[in-house]
Amino acid sequence: MAETITLEVTRYSPEEDTEPRLQEYEVPLRKDWVVLDALNHIKDKVDGTLTFRWSCRMGICGSCGMMVNGEPKLTCATFLSSYASEGRIRVQPLRYFPVIRDLVVAVEDFMTKLGSVKPWLIRREEKPIAEGEYLQTPEQLDLFKQFSMCINCMLCYAACPVVGLDPTFIGPAAIALAQRYNLDSRDEGAQDRMDVLAQHEGIWGCTFVGDCTKACPKKVDPAGAIQQYKLTATLDRLKSLLMPWGAR
Amino acid sequence: MNEVRQNPAYTEFRPRWYRAQVSTWWWLGRWSYLKFILREISSVFVAWFVAELLLALSALSSGPGDYGEFQDFLRNPFVVATNVVSLFFVIFHAVTWFNLAPKAMAVRVGGKRIPDLWIEGPNYLAWAVVSAIVAWFLLRA
Repeated sequence: MAETITLEVTRYSPEEDTEPRLQEYEVPLRKDWVVLDALNHIKDKVDGTLTFRWSCRMGICGSCGMMVNGEPKLTCATFLSSYASEGRIRVQPLRYFPVIRDLVVAVEDFMTKLGSVKPWLIRREEKPIAEGEYLQTPEQLDLFKQFSMCINCMLCYAACPVVGLDPTFIGPAAIALAQRYNLDSRDEGAQDRMDVLAQHEGIWGCTFVGDCTKACPKKVDPAGAIQQYKLTATLDRLKSLLMPWGAR
Repeated sequence: MNEVRQNPAYTEFRPRWYRAQVSTWWWLGRWSYLKFILREISSVFVAWFVAELLLALSALSSGPGDYGEFQDFLRNPFVVATNVVSLFFVIFHAVTWFNLAPKAMAVRVGGKRIPDLWIEGPNYLAWAVVSAIVAWFLLRA
């Protein structure tokens, strides 16, 4: 095994550059190093101006998502040794997101979309605290648990060509998180969310490429969530056509 | 949402963002993207088969002469080639559709989600049975 590996890292300084460029760094090819370790090595020892986001180093915070050799990856979970045979690793900011500096992307648009699906428990009427918690059985938890594993790392957005082609598309993670609350037995907000989700910008923008599910580091399966919701929305529409007198 | 999509002017605290353009050929670089584009294109071939069926019905209803002409049209090598390609695309379309079914239907039995095969299987079986009936009907002579 070679002792070093070349990292080609996107550099973009909004003050000086008109477009991003690649800069090469030689880093030690250590068996126990992930791409994030290599980036931190560069920042500490080689070039302190390199800018990137990271926090937990353990696949929980969802901050360190980047394109690694063209694939959206959590850099804290992507080992250098996996690329040893290729000899070089290209690290770029998450695809389809505006770049602020180097490997840092703007997340405002994603946060707005996430908020638009109301990813929280909605109750028609809150019960008094004295009446205790909203109880839930393990079976009820099981219905949505998979979708609740999302860490908002946005890898699924970087994997989805629709996100790149149609900036109004709400996107995989936001729809999966909407489903997480729709399927929660304590929630009563499904109809509120349907107004946002059952739109062209919502589920109908999805063309089921399926790469969001492949990119997801938490096995959330956003593509499944969207297809399931398409079925729910269609049945709801049919029901309202056949039984227009039924209360929404 | 509109506010953040516009490229904001450079300020000390909000420097200008770089936005990469999506290439026209984005779908060529990756098999899953190409497969998706082929699946979308398959709708053209589905439409072609529908048109062909309507033409056949129209020829059939206007008498043996017209139907004979229609059969000659079908024997044209170019039409045969188009139909072979269309058949490939229609089968591809059907397979992707059946494979999608278990993703859209999260059926649970006894609290556990049933395996994908339980939903895909009956779809493929129904397809095979209907195809066999049609084949028997056409080939029995």
